[in-house]
Amino acid sequence: MPLQAIAFYLMAFTTLAAGLLVVSAKNPVHSVLFLITAFFSAAGLFVLLGAEFLAMLLIVVYVGAVAVLFLFVVMMLDIDFEALRDGFAQYLPIGGLVAGVLTLEMIFVAATVATNGAAGKNASPMASPEGISNTEAIGRVLYTDYIFFFQLAGLVLLVAMIGAIVLTLRHKPGVKRQDISRQVARSPKTGMELVQIKPGEGISE
Amino acid sequence: MIGLSHYLIVAAILFTIGVLGIFVNRKNIIVILMSIELILLAVNINLVSFSVYLHDVVGQIFAMFVLTVAAAEAAVGLAILVTFFRNRGDIAVDDASVMKG
Repeated sequence: MPLQAIAFYLMAFTTLAAGLLVVSAKNPVHSVLFLITAFFSAAGLFVLLGAEFLAMLLIVVYVGAVAVLFLFVVMMLDIDFEALRDGFAQYLPIGGLVAGVLTLEMIFVAATVATNGAAGKNASPMASPEGISNTEAIGRVLYTDYIFFFQLAGLVLLVAMIGAIVLTLRHKPGVKRQDISRQVARSPKTGMELVQIKPGEGISE
Repeated sequence: MIGLSHYLIVAAILFTIGVLGIFVNRKNIIVILMSIELILLAVNINLVSFSVYLHDVVGQIFAMFVLTVAAAEAAVGLAILVTFFRNRGDIAVDDASVMKG
């Protein structure tokens, strides 16, 4: 068996096993860690295909940002995760049935498409045209034909960022903050008060 | 020899694992969000493998856009989850209809 096949089966098995453990782990922290494992091995599959730029993007974006965000939220919220699992055994038979049927159908379609479809004629994988690297090939198409889509993707990220901030921002009452314009606008008239004190009485608040 | 069908089958199984995750974790919205990430990862594997075997780089561009949307979706979904937890004290999805305006 060639080295490529060994690498493929190793990473495919790791991806699928980690994916299965994501949905079946008791502790959501473990789920997130298995999600990171699945992303890493899927990045390995991308490298095997030759799409090295997307593989690195997958590690940076998914493992570096999304999975860490998940980990952060799971650890920050104080939730009784056992109570959230009580429907698990109840939904497992029907869910397993649907998943089994779906898997079989998709595998049949995939096998047919892979042999008879347009991609079946090209037996050799090629992630980028001859002579240029994968990253350069993506850049040449992304910044010319797909420049508006690229900018729209940036807009989507901007809207998501503003939305996430607006949703989670809250102003606590009673927090003392420095207000420089109020400090500068203070004058002796507003800043202090002169009180006439009668002898022997003192002052009360 | 590893061909296109191998990658497509891996993507198909990963997709159904994601669907199964949504089915069995009806109450745990964090795992549901992670299952959606798995489904989008399966879609990305499909796009990249077709792109490589069709000798057309556009599929990888689309996989990048899917990645962008997945990141945005995770950020907004988790923000809604944090706000929901602050208001309710738990994240039971059964009570999520209180969010309607």
